[in-house]
Amino acid sequence: MKKSKITALALSFAFAATALTGCGGSKESAGGTVTTDGSTSMEEVIGALGEKFQNDNSGCTFTYNPTGSGSGITAVSEGRCDIGLSSRSLKDEEKSQGLTETVLAYDGICMVVNTENTVDDLSLEQIADIYTGEITNWSEVGGKDADIVVIGREAGSGTRDGFESVTGTADSCKYRQELTSTGDVITTVSSNPDAIGYASLAAVNDTIKAVKVDGIEASEATILDGTYKIQRPFVLVTKDGKKLSDTAQKFFDFATSDDAKDIITSSGVVPAN
Amino acid sequence: MADKKRLFENIVHGIFLILGLVTVACVLVITIYLIISGIPAIVKIGPVKFLFGTEWASTAAEPKYGILPFILTSVYGTAGAIILGVPIGFMTAVYLSKMAPKKVRAVIETAVSLLAGIPSVVYGLVGMMVLVPAIRKIFHVPDGSSMLAAIIVLAVMILPSIIKVSLNALDAVPPEYEQASLALGATEVETYFKVSVKAAKSGIAAAVVLGVGRAIGEAMAIIMVSGNVPNMPSLFQSVRFLTTAVASEMSYSTGLQRQALFSIALVLFLFIMLINATLNFFLKKDREK
Repeated sequence: MKKSKITALALSFAFAATALTGCGGSKESAGGTVTTDGSTSMEEVIGALGEKFQNDNSGCTFTYNPTGSGSGITAVSEGRCDIGLSSRSLKDEEKSQGLTETVLAYDGICMVVNTENTVDDLSLEQIADIYTGEITNWSEVGGKDADIVVIGREAGSGTRDGFESVTGTADSCKYRQELTSTGDVITTVSSNPDAIGYASLAAVNDTIKAVKVDGIEASEATILDGTYKIQRPFVLVTKDGKKLSDTAQKFFDFATSDDAKDIITSSGVVPAN
Repeated sequence: MADKKRLFENIVHGIFLILGLVTVACVLVITIYLIISGIPAIVKIGPVKFLFGTEWASTAAEPKYGILPFILTSVYGTAGAIILGVPIGFMTAVYLSKMAPKKVRAVIETAVSLLAGIPSVVYGLVGMMVLVPAIRKIFHVPDGSSMLAAIIVLAVMILPSIIKVSLNALDAVPPEYEQASLALGATEVETYFKVSVKAAKSGIAAAVVLGVGRAIGEAMAIIMVSGNVPNMPSLFQSVRFLTTAVASEMSYSTGLQRQALFSIALVLFLFIMLINATLNFFLKKDREK
């Protein structure tokens, strides 16, 4: 909410600036607007990129419409926005409709447990079973005899959406606690020896322990090569044969350039390029 | 000259009137806004399904918007806080008003005022770091974030209002009543409970209602200790209150989900209006005497 408010504020300032000066004045020739539409999970990373882009190219306007991956893909195929944002790979039928995907970043989600917990490794199935309530005791997965306390995020959170879609547990998770921030999840897991939670890779610290998934430790390298399973791509979707406006192309080039890497990393995801 | 003076007086009057109306305008704007934004979802979902549905799954493929778990949690949680907080607060007030030496009274009253001034997020933080792990260990439950934790936090939070208002009511009892009772041979304790408390009873009732109002409207402290899962209420389960239901999902909500959150706020608003009306009733009764 706060983030979107700031974005909205930034956008309205940008509009005001555009109205006063025209986009880029004499230096820029193009229309000066880049519109993006789609995944709510990508709000943080795309917002940060848009803000930097607007600062670097004064007079240009960046808009982001958080509608969800499906709506974003539809919007770009119907030409209602320049770039669609999707937090899943395109399906084959979507690609055959003339859409191209460019992976911007990978969102890696770590499974975290208390440092006292003896379990180091869980399979993807075990994780799904724990979250749907099929497995309720740590002894069933090689730990001590204690009830598993399942910690998650609130409905609508991008991390929750990512976790549930990767593990195939959408709408069927049985949470003991639903917390409203990654920090809360980390604090709660660090204070309860029987808790398990999920958090983005960037948030993991020493107070908790990240478990391996199918024997693979979560790290930037294992997320990039695809061996770490609980991850999903953040995709920029464009339409074949439709040339991006100069400003949109400029934004696209910026987002996939080395300059954008730090911004993407600081948003808690792993840059793809 | 006199005209000039009157003009000045009138202007000042006008300014005060406008300032006074600011509050009224705020209440009106909030009320109207809540009603306008809260009604559509109730109509769309259906009032019975909304108020008495036992399942809340706002982002599921087939969303369910039943807020009965929130309503019951808020009612039970508040009742629990009253059951724990009122006896302690009431006894403290009786002690301070009738028995405590002056110095002790001064110390305790300062402590009570300080307790009232602690921000609710601090109550939540202490609850999260101390109370929740303690409940887990003492009751041997897997997780301490529960209705019980929320009730204890709320009980402590409402203590200052209960103590202060009951104290004022007890202090206002005319000493002649007590002297008469003592002169007739009643003991001090008999006098305090059978005479003083009876004389102050509507003030004490107002204190309880004020405590209810504070407890039902609290969000920050309990969102940190109650676990926030929309379960039907039970003492050791993770629960979600009316206030925390709005707070926890508002940030990412869209469409009907967001409208439904406004409807929850509207329900909460009606509860609080009801409590205020009750409070006014008791206060008025007190004044009429």
